[in-house]
Amino acid sequence: MPSVFGVLFDGVAYGMLLFLLSVGLSVTLGMMNFVNLAHCSFAMLGGYVTVTLMNAFGWPFFATLPVAFIAAAAASVVLERAFFRRFYNASDLNQCLLTIGIVFVSIASAAYIYGTDEQPVQLPSYLRGSIAFLGLDFANYRLFLIATALLITILLIVTVEMTRFGAQVRAAVNNQRMARGLGINVDGLFAITFALGSGLAGLGGALAIEMVGLDPSFAFTYLIYVLIVVSVGGLGSITGSFAAAMLLGVSDMAGKYYVPAIGSVLIYLVMMVMIMWRPTGLFGRR
Amino acid sequence: MTSETIAGPVQQFQAQIRWRWSEVLFWLATLLPPVLVPSYLVLASQIAITALFALSLDLILGFSGIISLGHAAYFGVGAYTAGLLSKWGWGEPVSGLLIAGFAAGLLGYVTSFVIARFRHLALIMITLGLGLLLQEAANSASWLTGGFDGLQGIHTWPIFQKFDFDLYGYTAYSYSLAVLFLVFLVARRLIHSPFGLALRGIRENGQRMPAIGAPMHAHIRTIYTIAAIIAGIAGAMLAQTTETVSLEALGFQRSADVVVMLILGGTGRLYGGLVGAAVYMVARDQFSGLNPQYWYFWIGLLLIAVVMLLPNGILGGLALLARCLGVRS
Repeated sequence: MPSVFGVLFDGVAYGMLLFLLSVGLSVTLGMMNFVNLAHCSFAMLGGYVTVTLMNAFGWPFFATLPVAFIAAAAASVVLERAFFRRFYNASDLNQCLLTIGIVFVSIASAAYIYGTDEQPVQLPSYLRGSIAFLGLDFANYRLFLIATALLITILLIVTVEMTRFGAQVRAAVNNQRMARGLGINVDGLFAITFALGSGLAGLGGALAIEMVGLDPSFAFTYLIYVLIVVSVGGLGSITGSFAAAMLLGVSDMAGKYYVPAIGSVLIYLVMMVMIMWRPTGLFGRR
Repeated sequence: MTSETIAGPVQQFQAQIRWRWSEVLFWLATLLPPVLVPSYLVLASQIAITALFALSLDLILGFSGIISLGHAAYFGVGAYTAGLLSKWGWGEPVSGLLIAGFAAGLLGYVTSFVIARFRHLALIMITLGLGLLLQEAANSASWLTGGFDGLQGIHTWPIFQKFDFDLYGYTAYSYSLAVLFLVFLVARRLIHSPFGLALRGIRENGQRMPAIGAPMHAHIRTIYTIAAIIAGIAGAMLAQTTETVSLEALGFQRSADVVVMLILGGTGRLYGGLVGAAVYMVARDQFSGLNPQYWYFWIGLLLIAVVMLLPNGILGGLALLARCLGVRS
């Protein structure tokens, strides 16, 4: 039986990962009301970029992370220009279907290029192993993951709360029409936010390989988790996404360790109860 | 149809209810598969079953505007009910259908109290969660459902103790087609009733309907229960004709597929789900024959193309074409 702190630690690491994967979607959904189900396809792209660079070109793990970020961001800009922007005023359903189509294409392409097996990565030696502290084992990689995600969270919050760009993003999330009326270029803002959010998902996908594995079904499996985080946290709320990701990560891990029989049922129950209690999410305003 | 040819609202509704030639032709065409493609009857019966499932989704999504990503839950409950009944020694198909429809309808009625209160993203997430919840529950309860291996040992008795299920699928196809047609008649009647009109009102404007005195939540509960019953019947037919039930009957994939089919055919049209199911299933059959495992690529492209080019689905595109050519469909 694992200790409470061990489960908590794993849950927090997992939650951090979910936060990286989902924060971009939360902000873009809150801003443009665009239901982008292809969000996790960008994460998967980031993961495959890292795998390819490491295994085929022998790049070190850390050097691949920025490339994963940029590749996912670039791909999202192309798709946004080509497809998504025509659908900002379309119904929820059409947006869902367009992006599900993209998910299907991305999954099949990944399966075609890389096969359906899980992709292996060889981490640098100092990220393997674990540190013993107060009688508990802390896996190095999970510590690294938590530190990275915390750093990014702080960067995000500082950007959104303290910069001019952040103020414009907040204005656009709060009331898109009013923001337009005040002369904010919401479309340009959205394109940048969209690219940043997808880039973060790409980074999350690259970091996720070691923890949850990477195969073509990633785009679907984690889509469900990301949607749970976004809807429980509330649209457009970074703090909300963070809280929801932690809640989901810890309750999922706790469920799997302590009550394996109903472990996977548990997170869905938690989600449904949360949504019924607060339909706009924990920190949602609308 | 233009306003000059229609005298008043009553005539307009009567014109909608009248059977058109294209509809008669459609149902006559469903009799062709045993003659033209006798080796594909198993696929044809699967299409009929899936069409029934898509029709049930159309009632809530297309006509009432309730988006659901977990509709397979009711399909799966119907399938498992029929499967378990048969496994426990009652393999009579028609009563099996009714009991399975009742079980799915019961679940639909209970859940509809939750469904009626939410819209938009919250609704999508709740229906999605419900579907996943049931799938996991069925996976965990392997003593009852057979878990990952599926439910084995189903034997369906001959229909009316006369027509045995044969290897080539003649009986299966006739059976599924007959049930599809009967349920379709009910759905057609329902949609053209005042209740059906109220549903379309809810779809178009969910705030105004209560304001003019329509009991919106009660209407949503009713149609959701009816859709669940139909989905349960479809699931039961799948269990009876294939004599096996797998977890896939409850899965997210099935929920997503049926939404795709409906959009492909055209939502809010009675024939949308039917046409969409046929096109989708035939396409899947063909593509998986070419290169298995990658057919999702083509389905994905098809989906993008439909949403970009034919926002109202295949039937919407056909209707537009007919209007351009000046033909009254």
